[in-house]
Amino acid sequence: MAVQTPIYLDNHATTRCDPRVVEAMLPYFTTHFGNAASRTHVFGRIAEEAVDKARAQLARAIGATTDKEIVLTSGATESDNLAIKGAAHMYRERGDHLITVCTEHKAVLDAHHALEREGFRVTFLPVGADGLVDLALLAAAMTDQTILVSVMAVNNEIGVVQPLQQIGKLCKDRGVLFFCDAAQAIGKVPIDVEAMHIDLLAFTAHKMYGPKGVGALWVRRKSPRVRLEPLFHGGGHERGLRSGTLAVALIVAFGAAAELAARELPEESSRVLALRQRLWDGLRNNLTHVHLNGDWSARAPGNLNVSFAYVEGESLLMGINDIAVSSGSACTSASLEPSYVLKALGVDDELAHTSIRFGIGRFNTEQEIDYTIARVTEVVTRLRDMSPLWEMVQEGVDLKTVNWVGH
Amino acid sequence: MAYSDKVLDHYNAPRNVGALPKDDPNVGTGVVGAPECGDVMKLQIRVGADGVIEEARFKTFGCGSAIASSSLATEWVKGKTLEQAATIRNTDIVQELNLPPIKIHCSVLAEDAIRAALADYKAKQAATAG
Repeated sequence: MAVQTPIYLDNHATTRCDPRVVEAMLPYFTTHFGNAASRTHVFGRIAEEAVDKARAQLARAIGATTDKEIVLTSGATESDNLAIKGAAHMYRERGDHLITVCTEHKAVLDAHHALEREGFRVTFLPVGADGLVDLALLAAAMTDQTILVSVMAVNNEIGVVQPLQQIGKLCKDRGVLFFCDAAQAIGKVPIDVEAMHIDLLAFTAHKMYGPKGVGALWVRRKSPRVRLEPLFHGGGHERGLRSGTLAVALIVAFGAAAELAARELPEESSRVLALRQRLWDGLRNNLTHVHLNGDWSARAPGNLNVSFAYVEGESLLMGINDIAVSSGSACTSASLEPSYVLKALGVDDELAHTSIRFGIGRFNTEQEIDYTIARVTEVVTRLRDMSPLWEMVQEGVDLKTVNWVGH
Repeated sequence: MAYSDKVLDHYNAPRNVGALPKDDPNVGTGVVGAPECGDVMKLQIRVGADGVIEEARFKTFGCGSAIASSSLATEWVKGKTLEQAATIRNTDIVQELNLPPIKIHCSVLAEDAIRAALADYKAKQAATAG
């Protein structure tokens, strides 16, 4: 049977809603449309019950002991901002120093930059060539002024999984709050806020087969009780931390997606891992000069970030236009700068320009992977045949010794 | 990004891909750009005894617009004298391929490649004459 195109292999950007999630959500647009804050009548109470059920599903998916700690938001970007700015503003009397990592998502990095403009001091930790945080560097960066450490669970570009448990332990021992952006992690790798000593955890529905527009911040309530200054002021929803009428249908979907993610994680992660292995083996069998970006073993199952040397990323995307993937090439970004994440790993700009991120997910099949291997092989081969760099390398020229006339 | 039909056409069916013998005194070779900037173009011309460019070849490492710009450049220089080829401007390429502002540097690189190939040819001729 011919494979259906276009093929979606960009599951780090967003995921398709699971039909079971959509089914759970739909009645809350029409039949059960009440405002969850309207407790005086049955419409409101039905909505409130649905939201409470979703909270419990969300709490269970992250190992939280109580559903009272879930603050519902519009997505991970809002959760990131609420956690970082909320904690910084609440605890500024205790200290003015924050620590994060230079490969974090832009929402985390830019929230820190905003705090720097307010006078906070921020340490942006480097990562090793494997993309992982060095625990000794983290420990050394902590001072008695440090109030928050923010480290993501799974990197959105290279998929590496940070050593959360060790980071959490370190933070706990030093009395520093630990915030983790787990947008790319839920349903992909096990997350347990208790075992990992996490104090604040951000996640979002659309990365786990739920709809766009809803996310959550889990806020620890005891040992320690974490307090935050809200970003939004208004009706006092979500224990005053996030005013605004709850998006009941989206929250119901988020809860359903979280329950599926937690339940299907063991089976799904091994299936996705097998697909990734098939893709990696296929590409390496067919092509030479293929480089993996980021650590191989500490990596979320669905991620494969590779550089196809001597073939510029955007031109490759153009050639495989029936397969949806993304590139760390400068040409695909508005800034004309190659990926800051790859740069932080010490990947040469030259190789960063040739990087492709494959994001395998719940709905991908072996046939799609095989088709992708064949198409990528065909296009990389064609583009290498017209690449002056490939020609030079075949002639034995060391590209590092060439005196380039750059722009 | 939406590519113009002409960019897509050159990308899918590039004209004059390949190489000419770079040691041939009648061949001029220009290599411009840098791998760390994400684009490198190699453009070659073979000039006949009458001073007219008989053949042109290119190889490009770069985005689709860079490939299209160099492919178009090889088409345009063919049949032109050295003086005529030197008058090709990047703005002509931008217009022909309908390049968006963010891709203008691709056309600049193509113009530079033409000039570099012409300069290389002239330097070789001067060396042989001398």
